[in-house]
Amino acid sequence: MITFYGTELKSRLMLGTSQYPSPAILERAFKASNASVATVSLRREGRAGAGQPFWDIIQQLKVRVLPNTAGCHSVKEAVTTAHMAREVFDTSWIKLEVIGNTDTLQPDIFGLVEAAQILTDEGFNVFPYCTEDLVAADKLLGAGCEVLMPWGAPIGSGMGLNNEYGLRALRSRFPDVPMVIDAGIGLPSHASRAMELGFDAVLLNTAVAKAGDPVKMANAMAQAVTAGLLSSQAEPIEPRDMASPSTPVIGQAFLS
Amino acid sequence: MKITINGNSQLIQANNLADLLLELKYHGKLATALNENFIPFNERTKTTLKDGDRVEIVAPMEGG
Repeated sequence: MITFYGTELKSRLMLGTSQYPSPAILERAFKASNASVATVSLRREGRAGAGQPFWDIIQQLKVRVLPNTAGCHSVKEAVTTAHMAREVFDTSWIKLEVIGNTDTLQPDIFGLVEAAQILTDEGFNVFPYCTEDLVAADKLLGAGCEVLMPWGAPIGSGMGLNNEYGLRALRSRFPDVPMVIDAGIGLPSHASRAMELGFDAVLLNTAVAKAGDPVKMANAMAQAVTAGLLSSQAEPIEPRDMASPSTPVIGQAFLS
Repeated sequence: MKITINGNSQLIQANNLADLLLELKYHGKLATALNENFIPFNERTKTTLKDGDRVEIVAPMEGG
């Protein structure tokens, strides 16, 4: 069990709801992933009632909903979107994104800290999409965030953990802060590695939704996250430069 | 009057935000903003509209 803002979650996998080939595959992928959280967004209602079918599917999943502020490039946009999301989804949870660069979708750390401060003051439970930067993390915690969501790599890139050293340093600097690797995961091995490094959960979307077989990939991600978690709890051996025989040397027959 | 709704210019009869949603037959889960400011559900009736206003109406959608 992992706890975010007082809510216990059974699964360490959070899954996005975007880009699936069909609503039916989204539903089957969620079941296969055993994800505990679904990320959602708010977008312009194209015609009256268009968002309702999507919402009906999400409700049937019976998972916790985490609305995002995806696409927001300013503090005002992000804060206003958070206000709207709280009313629509009836939750104080918000995945706070303040994007600073269109090509990399890199978070604007300065805007992020400012928006996080505003929202935590208003009672939001902020999940900030951040980088592995230690100073930014410290400021986000100072702004009232109780969870951090550092990227593995740029959103949708599938590159995995681009800066493992930085992520390791972040994990060890704040050992008691729940942290979710958000963005950049492409393979189950990336998700597993994130958990091996001691992160508490993984949030991904594109890796599953855009896979040739999203349901199978969702299953693979679920198993990878569990494997990584068990590994981190099992105290893995340290790598070494030289071989060390695993079969006993004593008792070997003299045959040469 | 003429206002902009979700980026599209439109002629409407309603003079407040709640009536606008009724006029355009919006229902279900949605949130509103007027001139880039969030308008909560319980303030829609008292939020009057004027010519040139910009209204945003958003609903749940897929997200990552």
